[in-house]
Amino acid sequence: MAHGTTSRPLLTAITLATLLATVACSAPGSDASSADPNSSAAPATTATCGTAPITLKAYFETGFPLPKSLTEEFTKQHPNVTWDIREDQFAVITQNAPRVLADDPPDLMRLPQVSELVKDGLLKNLDGYAQTLGWTGWPASQLQQMRVGPDGRRGDGPLYAMGLNFSMTGVFYNKKLATQIGMTQPPATLAEFDTLLEKAKNAGVTPINQFNGGATGGLAFPLQNLMAAYGDAGAINNWIFQRSGATIDTPPNLQATQHLEKWIKSGFFAPDINSQDYATMMSRFIEGKNLFIFDGDWESGNLDKQMAGNVGFFLMPPAQAGGKQAAMSAPLTYGIGSKAKNADCAVFFLNWVATDQKARDIAVTVGGSHPMGPADAYMPAVKEGSVTAATLAAGAVIGQDNGAMDFIANATGAIYAKSWTPQLQKLAAGQQTPEALLAAVQKDYESQVKN
Amino acid sequence: MSAPVTERRADRARRSRAIWLGWLFAAPAVIMYATFVLRPLLLTVQYSLYDWNGIGASTWVGLDNYRRLLTDEDLSASILHAFELIIFFSGVPVILGLFVAATIRDIAQSRLAVVARTVLFLPQVIPLVAAGIMWSWLLSTTGTANELLSAVGLGDLTRAWLGDFGTALPAVGVIGAWVLVGLCTLLLLAGMSKIDPSLYEAARLDGAGPVREFLSITLPSLRQEIGVCVTVTVIAALASFDIVYIATQGGPGNATMVPGLEIYYLAFSEREVGMASALAVALIVLVLACVLPIQRLTRDGSR
Repeated sequence: MAHGTTSRPLLTAITLATLLATVACSAPGSDASSADPNSSAAPATTATCGTAPITLKAYFETGFPLPKSLTEEFTKQHPNVTWDIREDQFAVITQNAPRVLADDPPDLMRLPQVSELVKDGLLKNLDGYAQTLGWTGWPASQLQQMRVGPDGRRGDGPLYAMGLNFSMTGVFYNKKLATQIGMTQPPATLAEFDTLLEKAKNAGVTPINQFNGGATGGLAFPLQNLMAAYGDAGAINNWIFQRSGATIDTPPNLQATQHLEKWIKSGFFAPDINSQDYATMMSRFIEGKNLFIFDGDWESGNLDKQMAGNVGFFLMPPAQAGGKQAAMSAPLTYGIGSKAKNADCAVFFLNWVATDQKARDIAVTVGGSHPMGPADAYMPAVKEGSVTAATLAAGAVIGQDNGAMDFIANATGAIYAKSWTPQLQKLAAGQQTPEALLAAVQKDYESQVKN
Repeated sequence: MSAPVTERRADRARRSRAIWLGWLFAAPAVIMYATFVLRPLLLTVQYSLYDWNGIGASTWVGLDNYRRLLTDEDLSASILHAFELIIFFSGVPVILGLFVAATIRDIAQSRLAVVARTVLFLPQVIPLVAAGIMWSWLLSTTGTANELLSAVGLGDLTRAWLGDFGTALPAVGVIGAWVLVGLCTLLLLAGMSKIDPSLYEAARLDGAGPVREFLSITLPSLRQEIGVCVTVTVIAALASFDIVYIATQGGPGNATMVPGLEIYYLAFSEREVGMASALAVALIVLVLACVLPIQRLTRDGSR
């Protein structure tokens, strides 16, 4: 008995001490191999898949048919290339991205916000390829969001990712309900838009459904549109790209937030937006339960199918008639792991997506968005009167006005979940003022950028 | 003289061999436990002292993460929410469970008792994720809860229960209570079946009514079972994750943020592995601080 009682704690102590010694001898993550910045700094330049059989390892977002359609067509044209595809939801990809890129790098991967991945040296620098393939001659705004400087700031620096196409956001509307409230054409000014919302409400039609429940802050869509109507799209981009001195807490942005608050208080949004998720918003809109949603052209193909002929699209109108228009517009980002085995072939694929006629057809008909590539490249014909045609036409307007913005939700890795979402939900519930909202977001932003 | 000495030595040798043999048999379990429980636990403690994004290099920050835990309002609010959930996860199921178990015991012979037991225990069989999804439908603006309210003329009360700042946390609590009532009822019923029936007979002879019987016999005899119920449900409340993740994801505006969810967001969305680990360690300490007194309280005096 005595033997047992003395040795048990002793043995436990020894075991624990040994374990502690084995785990605690080095700081976590300090092995230099994964964080070596030079591993991705020397860009290769020949993008080719060769002729020998090759299998590309890909990691795609589930629920969106575009990448798979493209890979199928690619294999048809280049039979030596086969695909090993893994799919996950975007939220899962966001959480997995660093680990997957470090441990088991895919040749091609759907990417979340790239700056932290670049800082950790996980993505391939594509500058060399971009030079030889002529990507540098494309409209600079297409690639700007995927350029990352050495300190993780986006907007310029080497290119670390590529788009399959680029999206355009704005306001979708139900044509039948629009006629019902006497809306004959899209609003030309913000004031006209306000009048339409008022009319819809008075006619007993829910003006706007917007997802803003759970972990989503979909009010960021109308808010950023309002910010660009009151202010300058460039200033918002500077904030998103973390330019020094940039702030979101500016007088025009305050006006925009107050305007959004006015919409909320006037009952222009469905009363339950704080429990609406994205799918609920879409199903209600498709069922004809409301007039407007703020969304992007990734839904164009879907809406043309489900609400054929009954859905329209317009860009957020400017504050003054004839003013410049702006929209959130972002490439559907794909990148290549810095240690990927078949980078040359993956780049060849990305270039093919932007330049091959068949691929550009697929980008529009399946993806619904504008293909990447030179400004004068081939454009597939789309059905007149369809919402796809409307969103593609809107892209031209934004190009002219230089009004393409990244999303304010993309400014830092945590700003959406940590700041925009809870703050906008509070605003929707009348528990936050516009002044305090912008101040709170700016404070979080500064502490996140400093880190 | 020498005979007892050698005998003792042989005895000691035999005993030490037995001890080593014992360790040999325990080895598979010990190794598994050390690798998958103790090692991660110690690593978590170690990570909590660093600023680390999970991939790159880490910086030693000492107790800074713990300091932030006390000063960051969002983080301390999540801990308060967990305590609020204890009312729903522990209070409601244990009290309701006692009541239901006593009722079922009274009708123990009838078929109704079997049905009631099964129905009440069903939520335990349903995966929590499925329960969460089902309840988020029931509690939505167009869900059954609001339809019932409208039907009885209380249309003014209808709201998006999980999307309203005032009702989101209680609504999540109701889901938890629904899940845990069955478990408590079953545990308490099992405890009741062990009570000597002659005690009730004696009480009845002394003129005790059902309430007196319950307070004087049933409740004291169930001390240990109630202890188990409270322990399990308090842990479920403090470490809640799945129900909240499915029903509200912490929204609206952090109104239902709980430590479990916050740890997950910190570690996998915000990539602050150090801070997440610190909160996890704090949660372990908190759970132990709540559960150990409960254990002591219900164990003492039971004999």
